[in-house]
Amino acid sequence: MFIRHETLERNAFLFVIFTVLVIAIGGLVEIIPLFTIETTVEHVTGVRPYSPLESRGRDIYVREGCYLCHSQMIRALRDEVERYGHYSIAAESMYDHPFQWGSKRIGPDLARVGGKYSNDWHYAHLTNAQGVVPESLMPHYAFLEETPLEQDDLVARLKAQRTVGVPYTDEMIANARADLRAQADPAADSAALLKRYPKAVSVPGNGQYVTEMDALVAYLQVLGTMVDFADPANEKLHQ
Amino acid sequence: MQGIRAGDAAVGLLVAALGLIGLIQAAGAADNEIYVFGLSLLAFAVVFDFGLLKRHYDTVGQWPEDGYNEAIVKKFLIAALFWAVVAFLVGVVLAAQLSWPALNLGISFTNFGRLRPVHTSAAIFAFGGSALFSTSFYVVQRTCRARLFGGETLANFIFWGYQFFIVMAALSYVMGFSQGQEYAEPEWHLDLFLTLIWVLYALVFIGTVVKRQEPHIYVANWFYMAFILTIAVLHIGNNIAMPVSFFTAKSYNIAAGVQNAMIQWWYGHNAVGFFLTAGFLGMMYYFIPKAAGRPIYSYRLSIVHFWSLVFMYIWAGPHHLHYTALPDWTQNLGMAFSVMLWMPSWGGMINGLMTLSGAWDKLRTDPGLRFSVTAVGFYGMSTFEGPVMSIRPVNALSHYTDWGIGHVHSGALGWVAFISFGAIYYLVPALWKRPGLYSVRLASWHYWIATLGIVLYITSMWVAGIMQGLMWRAYDQFGFLQYSFAESVSAVHPFYVIRLTGGVCFLIGALIMVYNLIRTVRGTVTEPMAGLAAVPVGE
Repeated sequence: MFIRHETLERNAFLFVIFTVLVIAIGGLVEIIPLFTIETTVEHVTGVRPYSPLESRGRDIYVREGCYLCHSQMIRALRDEVERYGHYSIAAESMYDHPFQWGSKRIGPDLARVGGKYSNDWHYAHLTNAQGVVPESLMPHYAFLEETPLEQDDLVARLKAQRTVGVPYTDEMIANARADLRAQADPAADSAALLKRYPKAVSVPGNGQYVTEMDALVAYLQVLGTMVDFADPANEKLHQ
Repeated sequence: MQGIRAGDAAVGLLVAALGLIGLIQAAGAADNEIYVFGLSLLAFAVVFDFGLLKRHYDTVGQWPEDGYNEAIVKKFLIAALFWAVVAFLVGVVLAAQLSWPALNLGISFTNFGRLRPVHTSAAIFAFGGSALFSTSFYVVQRTCRARLFGGETLANFIFWGYQFFIVMAALSYVMGFSQGQEYAEPEWHLDLFLTLIWVLYALVFIGTVVKRQEPHIYVANWFYMAFILTIAVLHIGNNIAMPVSFFTAKSYNIAAGVQNAMIQWWYGHNAVGFFLTAGFLGMMYYFIPKAAGRPIYSYRLSIVHFWSLVFMYIWAGPHHLHYTALPDWTQNLGMAFSVMLWMPSWGGMINGLMTLSGAWDKLRTDPGLRFSVTAVGFYGMSTFEGPVMSIRPVNALSHYTDWGIGHVHSGALGWVAFISFGAIYYLVPALWKRPGLYSVRLASWHYWIATLGIVLYITSMWVAGIMQGLMWRAYDQFGFLQYSFAESVSAVHPFYVIRLTGGVCFLIGALIMVYNLIRTVRGTVTEPMAGLAAVPVGE
């Protein structure tokens, strides 16, 4: 070493500065390039911001701690691809603030759960999981169906996401409430909604008010469906 | 009449300012969380400042701020004991819920998803954190031969502020507010509050080191300083978020997807590396030599241990993201450093264990030392298991399974909790000036029940985890996946029940300890303790 260790041991300030320098290196080397290397997030078509209802559903997913038992990250391993579908790519969570990749599968991966089950299945399963899957360890979320979805701060929530980089347009924000209602009502004209948010899945709702469960199901139904892996334009998935 | 001292006044004003912020937030609150937080912050400020003024007028002219500040060490120690029981209890509840899901009760507040962060926060930040505050304040004063920097009021604010943070965080999870990032669940307002407390903690600790009477900074303090500084960096780096508004608890992290994942596990793995390792190594480097009555085995090894550990740990985060959408170069870098990390970890273990050369007989008589040494053993085991699990092909099997849960608990119960118990069994008689523990036999009971609990816990999780991993990748003779996911869930049920039994053992052990220590403090000592008799009271 260039300095004797004794010098550090006798000088608290020097010790503090040295420690901070030493612990900074690893983090900087691993994190900064992920923002600067362009191929870190693939260029694919189809990934869009979540619709207002899906975004609110995602808030509920985060709130209830779903990520503690469900991953949203299919690893590039044969059995995972066969069980869950195409392995997850970085672009698919590029608008996820925060990411919900998870670290433990007490229940199955949900990265591509969208479209796998019907809306009815999801309502029944969230209400009483054991009624659908007897082995399930999942708590009951019947209360979500009784809770009206808070919509007062909908625009503020989308704007906050825009601040951190989700490309919500002024048009999307202006129509947020209308889009939310359209997606929670099967009878509504959803043409404008689908133009802004392709592949958004309408949920039945209870005919009176939009519930938290409606939002959560809308979110689950879009998971993993945005990128069309059969599309030749999306072939270049290499990072 | 004497004027109020400048330090007290500054803390009092700071707290008053916090109360004002609380009032403003409560007045404009757009959700329950901010309303409850704002009012609680206001109440906290009023009670704290009232107490400060009362103490000032009660003790005018007689501020006995000499000797060491042991009151703060005692407070954090009691908090650590309290939170230990809470953390283990919630853990037992969660283990029961995973064994019999009906115990979730179907109520939002009691569902697994909301209680799980209560358990992890109570274990890591409440129990582990309080134990670290307690021991670090004890160790830094003695090894620097200096009273705690900043005065009693500041230390008290750090104590009550930290406890306030813990209670508010737990409450917010149960109420349904979470950032959705593991071990970083508190929302932005709580993050900011904790940042303030942490900066003050750093100020007090480093201030004490600066004003030391000893020429050298003792090795335990290196580890405590690295822990405090790094946690500050990690906490701030991982929690930069955009709140929906000043009056809303919900926020969105500034990073998304793959970058957010990398930052989260840079934070998450180093919460293990610095909160749960470096800080507790500080404990090891003070209490083991003290209890054994021997100097540290090797000074040179301490230096190598410290610098290699703090340098390498930071790189290990990506091993939580193998085979994911994180670029391969980052994964491989994380794996390489995780494997290398085995060496400094074992260097530290050897340094701790070899310190006992010539004093191994004390394990028979000193139950605290027995906990500390076993802790170092578990440290060695889990820091070997970790590098193995970080190797990509092994991780392909172990990730997402209960093997990870077992690994965490061999570290958390075996290392973190046991090294803390060792320090606590040493500190209680020393701080309350008792000749020994109320009962060495009860401490032995604690030791064996807790050890049995850990063994049940980690072995059941190994079996469950490896079974899950193998079932998920099993193919039948026709080339189809052999098992549905649900089959893997029912297959692990017996092991979840065994895990629950292990957790119950650990909880019972902790309750025995609390009883033993209460009796010790109340002054009933049945058996003199040979191990402690050698240490003059108050040293």
